[in-house]
Amino acid sequence: MLNAYEVNTLVYDPELCNGCAMCVAVCPHAVFEMDGRLAKLTNAQACMECGACQLNCVTGAIAVESGVGCAAAMIRAALTGQKEVICDC
Amino acid sequence: MIDLASITAAPKIFPTTHRLTARNRWDHFLARVGVKRGEHRLEPGLYALGNPTPDSPVFVTANYTLSFDALRSALEGIDGYILVLDTQGINVWCAAGKGTFGTNEIVLRVIITRLGEVVQHRKLILPQLGAPGVAAHEVKKRTGFWVEYGPVRAVDLPAYLKTHTATPEMRRVEFPLRDRLVLIPVDITQTFLPTLLAAVVLYFLGGWVSSLAAVAAVFAGIVMFPILLPWLPTHNFSTKGLILGGLVALLFALSVFLRHPDWAWWRQVGQALEFLLAMPAVTAFLALNFTGSTTFTSRSGVKREMFAYIPAMAWTFGIGFLLALVFVFIR
Repeated sequence: MLNAYEVNTLVYDPELCNGCAMCVAVCPHAVFEMDGRLAKLTNAQACMECGACQLNCVTGAIAVESGVGCAAAMIRAALTGQKEVICDC
Repeated sequence: MIDLASITAAPKIFPTTHRLTARNRWDHFLARVGVKRGEHRLEPGLYALGNPTPDSPVFVTANYTLSFDALRSALEGIDGYILVLDTQGINVWCAAGKGTFGTNEIVLRVIITRLGEVVQHRKLILPQLGAPGVAAHEVKKRTGFWVEYGPVRAVDLPAYLKTHTATPEMRRVEFPLRDRLVLIPVDITQTFLPTLLAAVVLYFLGGWVSSLAAVAAVFAGIVMFPILLPWLPTHNFSTKGLILGGLVALLFALSVFLRHPDWAWWRQVGQALEFLLAMPAVTAFLALNFTGSTTFTSRSGVKREMFAYIPAMAWTFGIGFLLALVFVFIR
């Protein structure tokens, strides 16, 4: 596994896009771009799975298993047997 | 807690200014070095910045002093309202990830503060990084307020407010050296005691060089790693850390041959191996733990890294430490 971040859980269905451009506005890594009247997934590899686009997509065109990419929190959750990842950040 | 009186009484509006005082800066300093973590909070609610009118913009932020102060100091010369959410003293982005900077909290806070009676318009300006916790259309449906996502950084707000459109640069999150540097003091505070303890134990096992090795491995992981992050080869944090820790360990390994030319070869090689096995594992583990501090790692990616490398880290560290114990007795 040379690059653990090459793939992610982001899925986009352009058929459902209504062109509101919310995904373009909320994404901190410019994963989406407007292509005419529809959003286009142009930089999927940069997705950090924060979930902002999914949550703000009215038509449900975007799906992503969102979460925080923090090893420290996940290790703590594993050690304490908690399901939910909690941290003090 | 919400009591009945706070709901029935006229909404309380706290006054605030653009100016940061010495006390604010001292509070920022303490937050940055990790003193009283989680206590850098302010009262959630509605704040009047300067002399706002019913037409003034409403900005939403977290009840973390660094977030609130970054916002109000960036808005110099602008009057407005600041709606402070209860995020348990956590910054906007992290709180959004947990959902405390979220739709429900905004709806609740709008109702409690009776924001609709304070302002005439129906627009909330949110920091873009609050979006992972907020569904804009839900807020609209439940409060009547439109959510507008402003720029990532508060410093871009004055430019943003001229047109209410963000440039692509305002929407991007980078992770420049400056942002990486400010994170280091907290990690030093948090690793100080365990490292000191390890150094003391190692002093009795292998002398001061062993103590120094522990300090060097941790130093590489929490100080050198964040600084060198973009320039370290490979993509994964674990391998970046292994390479960095390996280089530091190499110095310690070579020093064995220089300091003890009289030793039998197997003892020289054995001690060199201790450093080469144990140190990179420590640095790599700390490097992996830095993923949560960065602005770009995905959860599925970090998970893949954890499963792929943590066993290797544990094994190499364990064998290195075992070797060190063996050489305490075989001299």
